[in-house]
This record gives sequence, structure tokens and C-alpha cells, in this order.
Amino acid sequence: MSARRSILYSRFASNKIGMIIFQNVTKNFNHNAVALDKVSFKIQPGEFVSIVGRSGAGKSTVVKLLIGEEKPTKGQIFFGSYEVNKLRPREFPEFRRHIGVIFQEFRLLTKKTIFENVAFALEVAGRPQKEINEFVPQVLDMVGIKDKMLNFPAELSGGEKQRVAIARAMINHPDVLIADEPTGNLDPYNTWEVIKLLTKINELGSTVILATHDKEIVNTLGRRVITLDGGKLIKDEENGRFIV
Amino acid sequence: MIVTLSRIIKYGWRGFLRSGLLSVSTISVMVLAAAVFEGVILFNVIGRSAVSSIQEKIDISVYFKSNVHEDSILNIKKSLEKLDEVKNVEYISRDQALEEFKKRHADEATVTQTLEELDINPLLASLNIKAKEPSQYKSIAGYLENADLQDLIEKITYAQNQIVIDRLVALIATLKTGGFVLTIFLSFLAVMVIFTTIRLAIYSNSDQIGIMRLVGASNSFIRGPYIIEGIIYGIIGGILSFLILVPIINFISPYINNFIPEINLRNYFHDNLFSILFYQLIFGVGLGIVSSIIAVRRYLHI
Repeated sequence: MSARRSILYSRFASNKIGMIIFQNVTKNFNHNAVALDKVSFKIQPGEFVSIVGRSGAGKSTVVKLLIGEEKPTKGQIFFGSYEVNKLRPREFPEFRRHIGVIFQEFRLLTKKTIFENVAFALEVAGRPQKEINEFVPQVLDMVGIKDKMLNFPAELSGGEKQRVAIARAMINHPDVLIADEPTGNLDPYNTWEVIKLLTKINELGSTVILATHDKEIVNTLGRRVITLDGGKLIKDEENGRFIV
Repeated sequence: MIVTLSRIIKYGWRGFLRSGLLSVSTISVMVLAAAVFEGVILFNVIGRSAVSSIQEKIDISVYFKSNVHEDSILNIKKSLEKLDEVKNVEYISRDQALEEFKKRHADEATVTQTLEELDINPLLASLNIKAKEPSQYKSIAGYLENADLQDLIEKITYAQNQIVIDRLVALIATLKTGGFVLTIFLSFLAVMVIFTTIRLAIYSNSDQIGIMRLVGASNSFIRGPYIIEGIIYGIIGGILSFLILVPIINFISPYINNFIPEINLRNYFHDNLFSILFYQLIFGVGLGIVSSIIAVRRYLHI
């Protein structure tokens, strides 16, 4: 590890957010469709947890509730000292700076360059320009995409876009990194590159929550697995396997 | 704070540059709307001048019998000047009237000849009365008819011109109301067109706004660059429409001058160059800011 990288690594702070708790969380999108049904679990700081299940099992709903994109119909969600379901709109920006999120469809800012996309996460937190100019190339180097720094997202392949998304998610040294089907649009090679990066981020101290329906990934990781089916939590085991 | 502000301005400017065709079309619409706004201002100027030029031409004259002494006429003049409705009263003595008549008909030999053959001055002394508002002539005429002046007065022109004056009063009222309605309507149209255009431009960015929210950007940090873009649209649109209007005004000014001699649109435009440009910019920038704020608001709820 180079000296420059070690500066970056040291930025990954100890978890300020603490434990994540889902307490009897129910989410109905309309009167009949139950997306989540009384789901409860706890995630300790530093864990690597996979949330698995078929399409429509409720994985993405868990992610949306965690980042406050949706509110639960019933139940409580704690993120350390934050009670997510009670946050007011103006409290979300500060809360979300503790979390890095990666999506299947990348969700990059199409009118900004790769550098600007990653820098944006630091800029919203009001970090000084000097720090941004120093750290953004470092993180892009870490995900192996530094040479495309001045390109726009449209000029990148799917695998490259997802690396940019990972770089953006990790640059704020988040307490928790949430990945929602991050490999859904990627070929096998890029899939494993992304999983390797997630493992690395977890080793650096961030909690990682990975929502996926990819059996091979989950079984190879051999970490904790929470299995959802039809909106219900049906299994939660350490060193779990994907069996639905 | 300063860092955030400079980032907002930077992103606003870059967003504008990178929007390419969208920026061009937004500015085009802005130019059109600003030109309409400017057109409304000039229309009002022309309208007001036209109305006041018509008003200037209306008056009533009271002709006094030839035996009435000048002092009595001047007394009546004084009493008329005390009326609220009266703007000014001009006394034209019999001699003045004759002189003016001669001047007017200097080229007509028969008229001058006839006058010379007459020993006496056939013209009457008169008072030319101008009212503050055209609608007030009726009450001024009423005052003259009712007072104990009947013995002194030969005739009042109001009776002859009543129909014309009434029509002009109605025309002026219509022009004023019409101008006001047209101003409101066109301004409303311009505002709606710009608002819709900016809203569409921002609508195409709605998913981007959602992403910014999820990355932890505060609402003001998201809104800021769009407001800056709105300001840029306003400034460029205002200046361009102004530059387009300069040759148009120079072109149409002589035609309007033929129609209403009192108004010189070109001079008006040149005298008020900076205030017109200033209004244009205020209009464009204000509208740009307000439209951006309202349009972004819709997407800030994630």
C-alpha cells in the first residue's frame, strides 16, 4: 500500500452511525400489495450482510427504507442515533452523508464528468477543494478508473460506470455502504471486480449491505445472509447460503 | 458558505454550457417573451401618446356677442378657471381672431379682398376651454348654459361637436381599457411560456435531482445551480431581445410618426435606452429565478 493510499485508508472512520435496527417494519405500497411484512433484524457495525430473495421479495424496499427514499407503513428503523422513519426532509442530507449507496442502474450524474461525479459527494458535505483534488483521483485509482476521470458517464461501459458509483459511495468514508443489485447489469468479470471492491471497503471498516439475487456471489462470499420471500424474513444466518 | 456559493455558481455555469441545444431553445423562448414584454411597454407608450394627442385636440369654444365688453369676458374666464374640471382657458380677442383668420387665408385672394371691403371686424371674441378629462366637457358646457351668461354668449361649439367629443371620449376609454387588458394578457402569456420552458428543461433533469438528494446534497445546493442557469437565461435573453428590437424600432418609428406626429418612438427608445434594458433584465432574470425555484421544488421531495 502506497503512502498516499494509506492517508485515504485512514479516513475510513470508525462507525459513527452504529447499529442498524429494523423493528417490525411493514411497508404497503397500496392497500393490497404488502412489500414488507413485520421484518426485524439487527446489523452490527462492520458486518457484511447479503439480503437475498427473488425479484419482488422486498430487497429493494429494504434498501429504500434504509436510505429514507420511502417511509415504513409501520415499525421503526434505527441507524445508530438516527430514527430514519422520523427524519424530516431537511435532516436527510446530513444523514445520507454517512451512507454510500450503489444501484443496479448506477445513477450517475450524466452532465458531470467522472471526476465531478465523485467530487460531488464531497462538495455537498462542504469539503475544501484541496482535499477534493487530492482524494478523488486516489479513490478513482483504487477502483481502477483514474484514466477516465475527465470522461462523461455516457462514454463508459457498465462495469466502469459501476466503479464510478462505488468510488462516489466510498469517498465520503461512509459508515455504511448499501449496494442494491450492483452487479445486475454487469458481465461476470465486472461482477467479481465489484464484489472484490465491496469486500475491500468492508475490510476498511464500513458496514456493507448487499441486496442481490445472484446465488453464486452469496455462496462464494460465505457471509451473513438475510433471506426474504414475499415480503417476509424467512431466514437469517451467519455464513449463510442462498436457498430459496 | 463562500465555498458552497462558488460551487453553486460553477455548476450553474457548467450546466448552462453543457445543456447545449436545450440552452439555445430556452434562450430563444426567453428572447421572444422578453421581446413581447418590451413590445407591451412600447405599445403603452404609443397608446398613451395617441390618447393624449387626441385629448389635446378636443376643446370647446365660447363665442361672445360683438357688443360684450372685454372685461366681462375676462371675468367669465376667471370664473371658468376656478372650476375643478377646467385645465386652461385661452382668451382670443376680436382683433386676434381677425389676424389669425387673415393668416390662415392669406393665399385666398377673394377672402382677403372681402375682408378689406368690410369696414368692421366680423369676427367674435372667444374663450377656448380645455378640460382636464374629455368626459368633463359636458359639465363645463352645462355651466356655461346655466349661468346668467345667455345674454352675452353667441354660441358654444360643444353643441355642434358633442357627437364627435362623445365618440372620442368613448374611444379613449376603450383604448385605455384595451391597452391594460392587452398588457396583462401578453405579460401573462410571456410569463407562462418562459415558466413552461424552464420547467420542461428542469423536468429532463428530474432523475438527476433525485440522485443528488440520495448522495446527500441539501436542497439549496441542488436548487442553486438551476437558479444560476435561470439568471443566465434571463440576462442573455434580455440582452438579445433588446439588440433585436433596436433595428425594428428604427424601422417602424417613421411609420408611427406619420400616424401620430407627437410621438417619436426612436427618440423615446434612445432617451430611455438604459431603463428599457434594465426592465428587460429584471423581467428576464426575475422570471428565470422564479421559474427555476418552482420547477425544482417538485423534484426535491425524495
